[in-house]
Parts: sequence; C-alpha cells; structure tokens
Amino acid sequence: MQPVRVALLGDTATQWLAQAIRGAGYERTLDLRLWEADFSQIGQQVYDPGSALYASDPQVVILYQSTQKLLRAFDVLEPGSRRGLAEGRLAQVDGFRSAIRERSTASILYFNYPEIDDGVFGNYANKTDSSFLFQLRKLNYELMRYAADQGGFHIVDLAVLQQQVGRPVFFRSPVYVNTDMDISIEALPVVAEATASLIGALHGRMRKCLVLDLDNTLWGGVIGDDGVDRIEIGTLGIGKAFTDLQYWALKLRQRGILLAVCSKNTEAVARQPFDSHPDMVLRMEDLAAFEANWDNKVDNIRRIGATLNVGLDSMVFLDDNPFERNMVREALPEVLVPELPDDPAEYLEYLYPLHLFETVSLSGEDEERTKMYRRERDRNAERLSYADEEAYLASLNMGSRVEPFNGFNGPRVAQLSQRSNQFNLRTVRYTDEEISAMAGSPEIFTFSFTLEDRFGDNGIIGVVILRKETGEALFIDSWFMSCRVLRRGMENFTLNTVAGFARNKGFRYLSGEYLPTARNGMVSEHYPSLGFREESGRWVLDLEAYETRPTAVHRIE
Amino acid sequence: MNRAEILAAVTAVFRDVLDDARIVLGENTTAADVADWDSLTHIQLVVAVEKRFGIRFGSREIQSWATVGEMLNSIVAKVK
Repeated sequence: MQPVRVALLGDTATQWLAQAIRGAGYERTLDLRLWEADFSQIGQQVYDPGSALYASDPQVVILYQSTQKLLRAFDVLEPGSRRGLAEGRLAQVDGFRSAIRERSTASILYFNYPEIDDGVFGNYANKTDSSFLFQLRKLNYELMRYAADQGGFHIVDLAVLQQQVGRPVFFRSPVYVNTDMDISIEALPVVAEATASLIGALHGRMRKCLVLDLDNTLWGGVIGDDGVDRIEIGTLGIGKAFTDLQYWALKLRQRGILLAVCSKNTEAVARQPFDSHPDMVLRMEDLAAFEANWDNKVDNIRRIGATLNVGLDSMVFLDDNPFERNMVREALPEVLVPELPDDPAEYLEYLYPLHLFETVSLSGEDEERTKMYRRERDRNAERLSYADEEAYLASLNMGSRVEPFNGFNGPRVAQLSQRSNQFNLRTVRYTDEEISAMAGSPEIFTFSFTLEDRFGDNGIIGVVILRKETGEALFIDSWFMSCRVLRRGMENFTLNTVAGFARNKGFRYLSGEYLPTARNGMVSEHYPSLGFREESGRWVLDLEAYETRPTAVHRIE
Repeated sequence: MNRAEILAAVTAVFRDVLDDARIVLGENTTAADVADWDSLTHIQLVVAVEKRFGIRFGSREIQSWATVGEMLNSIVAKVK
C-alpha cells in the first residue's frame, strides 16, 4: 500500500467523507492517511503558518466548501451585492491557494459546487446575474478557468457527480438539517471514488491504454459471419450505439490514450472495416497495436503491453463477452475490466462516470503519442534488417536537446515523473508545482532530455534531478526515462551529460540509489552496469576516473 | 411485520452497522446504552434502517427519538 498524507478541510461535517475517501483509496491500494481539520476551520488552518494543517505535512490538501453554505452566504447579502458572489468566492479561493502554496508543495483538490436552483427567479434566473443559479454556474465556470491557470490546483467535479446520481440521491435535506452533512450517505462512495481516483492520478495511477474487442463491442454483429458490409455501424441496425462508442475512443486517442485491438478473428478479416467501411470512425492509423488472432486474450493483452511498453496496470479492456472479461480479470487482475451492460446502447452512459482515464496533467505531446508508437514500430521493423545494433543506431542519426527545467518543459517533466514506472530508479513523484519550485533552487540541478531521430521527434524522454549533498558530492535524486527509448544509447548519453556537468562544477562524486518497486526491476542493475561502485548502501561514481561512455546520440545545442 | 419482528430487524441493522453481534435492543434502550452509538453513527443507523424498511424519516423524527421504542413508533407508522 502506497501511503499518501491527505488533509481534508471543509465548512460542513466531513467525518464520513473522510472515512469514505480512505476506503476508496484502500480499494486502489493507496493508504490515504487523513488529517481532518475541525469543523469549519479552513481559514484558520490555511493562514496560520504554525497550524496543525502544515504540521501534518500533507501531500494533498482537499478543500471542500459546500453549496449549502454558499447559498446561505448568498442569502445574507444585500440584494444589490449578490451579483458579486462568484467573484468574492473566487478571491477567497485564490487566497486559500496562495497561502497553502507559500507554505507547502501539496497538491490542492477543490470541490466545485453542485447546482441548487432556489426557484426565486424561475427560468428567468438564467437572465439575472443577481440570481443564485447565475452566480453558482459562473463560479463553477470561473473555477475551471482558474484551475487551468494554476499548477497543482485541481477540481473535483461534484457538480457532475450530482448530475450523474441525481439531486434527490446526492442530497438529503433531513440529514443535512440534523447533522450539517451535505453529501448523502448514498452519494459518499461516488464522491470518494472521484476524489481517490484524482489522488491516484497525482501519484502515478493512470491508465494509458484502451484495449478494445471488435465484434459486438466496436461494431454490431460478427465480422467473420456477417461480412464487412453487414456489420452494424453508422445507420445500420443499432449502429449508432457503436458509432458513438468509436467517437469516444477517438477522442481518447486524440487526448493521448493509446488504442489497441484485441479480437478473436482472422487478422485480414478484422482489418477490413478499418480499411474500407465508409461508416467506421476509427481507422488503422488510430490504433497503436492490433492483435486479431485465435490465441487467448490474456496472451494477446500481454503482447500488447510488451509491444507498447505499457504496464498491465495502465490498461482498460472493453469486451462485450462476460467469459472473456472474467478470464482477463482473473489472469491479469491489474487490467481494469469494466462490466459492460448487455445492451450496447448503454455502453457509453455506463462508462462515462467510471473515472477510467483520470489525469493531472496534459502536454501537447499526448496527442502525438500514437504516432510516436507507430514510428517505434517502424524502427523495430527496420532494426531487424540491420546486421548489428551499432550500425543500426548510428543510422538513426539521434540527437538530444538537454535543458534545465523551465516553464515550457515543466509540465511534461511532471507528467513523466508521474507516469514512469519501469525505468525509474527511485520513483519519487513530482507535481508541476514541485518541478517549477526546483528550477530556482541553488541546491538542485535539473536536466530534461529530448530524443529525436530521422523517424521523428520523441519529445522529452528522460529526466535527471541532482541534489547537492556535500561540496564534493551530488546525489541523483531522480533518474527516470520513457521506455520508448530503451536500448538506444540514451543511458550512456545521459550519464555523460550529467557527469560532465558535475565535473565542470567542481564535484568529485555522483551517488545514486535504486529503490525497488513492483515495476522497476529492469533498472535494478542500472548503476553497476554504468560503472558505479557500491559504497555503504549507495552507488558511487568517481568523476575524476570517469571516461566518456560510447553512445550514438549527439547533443543538439 | 409486527412490532417484535421490527425490533428484531432493527437489532440486526444495528449489529451490522456497528459491527457488534452482542448488541441487544429493547423498547427502552437509549444511545447511552449502546457502545459506539453516537451522533456520528446515528445518521448511518438512520439511513440503514430506512433502507431496510424502504422508508424515509423526516428531520424532526430523526431528532426526536429518546429511545429505541420511539424509533419503532416511527417505523411502525410508516411500514403499515
């Protein structure tokens, strides 16, 4: 269980919420250690540098200001001031956020506001900026814009959760009147689940790959029996349900999620719709991997993971067949396998609220990811035709741009920090905020590495963070790389760069550490293989004796 | 359901929610008599009892019960 220190501050009774969040964390093997503020203590805790909040050293701070209290704040305003409600609340939130940011690098989760229409203006509220509904919607909208500009500040969308379960379920007024608890017991698991999945994403629990079955999942009917012109997609039969699902998958692909096909079919037959059916939304170029054969799906999913270099715990598998779902669930419990409804028309509404693809950062590169994986396949295909590895690598004409962290590469660095599981020596996760805080520190030296070659640009694929330990030694706080670039000589290039930098700065030693996790076994021999010697539990490199290591990667200035 | 059956069902709910198989409820049992029955677990018990009988309590009712017997009165009135 991965421990995470979480602080919860609210202006209503939060005890049950705290328990529910802890429980939801437990289900995703997160040991959420909750520190709970006393009732309605947000301001006191946040603005007092010596408060118990900061003493608890939280990694995540949850701020929950309830709609009920917002409504009361609105009620007591003079009618003439009510049109300023949203702005006033936003200023307060900004005050909270800045105060926390001054004293802590914790990520902040802010609950937005489930809608209440007090009915005072009827539908005319939509035209009246002094109505509660107007101010509430404005506030939720402005919170989105605010969050978009602030690293480390994330919204938990309570408004959407209430819309999904319905207000009569979400809110029970007799309970609220008696206890000041404004999320019903029935809705608590839903709220907790949304919160825990976001906390999970902050700590690297993200799904990157959607694996799709074909027959009766991506289209209606069985391609092998019905033929390409008889499958249900577009206007044929209940084709609309499948078209909708394909558009959803396409949007995920455009966001950076990898799509893969896993189907029991003859490959040539399974490809036909993607190549030639006019109503198909998804095409071959949208798919990062395609496994259509008669092997069992467990083997195929393993193969997809290996091809794309994504862990099983990064995958979601959609299949209409309960037998296949159960088999995958049992053999590969890390893969998330939603229990699809029987009726394909219900697939999407069922999938929407599952928080399958939570994330806490996006970078421009996300949209490019499928392309990068496809290029990787091309490279692998070409690798086979070269007599030896060295000649092949030399032919790639690889170059790397090395930069310290800055405003441009920061988001991608943070994202890589959150997502890299395999090639990661210490698996310390850093948020956007923490990454940008490092840029200014005199004790810390940071490096981001890109890699490009004649097939294209991989973007930022490696990161090293060095901390000054003594006047003579630098400690490698972090070294992680994208698995896309394994066996390309990047390890040697990275060490050459870092060692050269350290030597120029007058340091004599680099020291590193390997902290094993369930996923990073591939780098257990990383430091010894690069010439580090073991010394009292650490790996140490003597910089005076260091000789530049061979690599086909050159530095781009 | 007669009153004795309702009492037995409520007892089962309390045992389940408070995770204590030794709980025995009577007409005159109060919150002070049952370990862990506090203002916080009270609301959990209320919701579980509502679910068990398929009923909903009003805000005044939730506040008014001094004894288990009074809670039973509310349930009896609603399940009929």
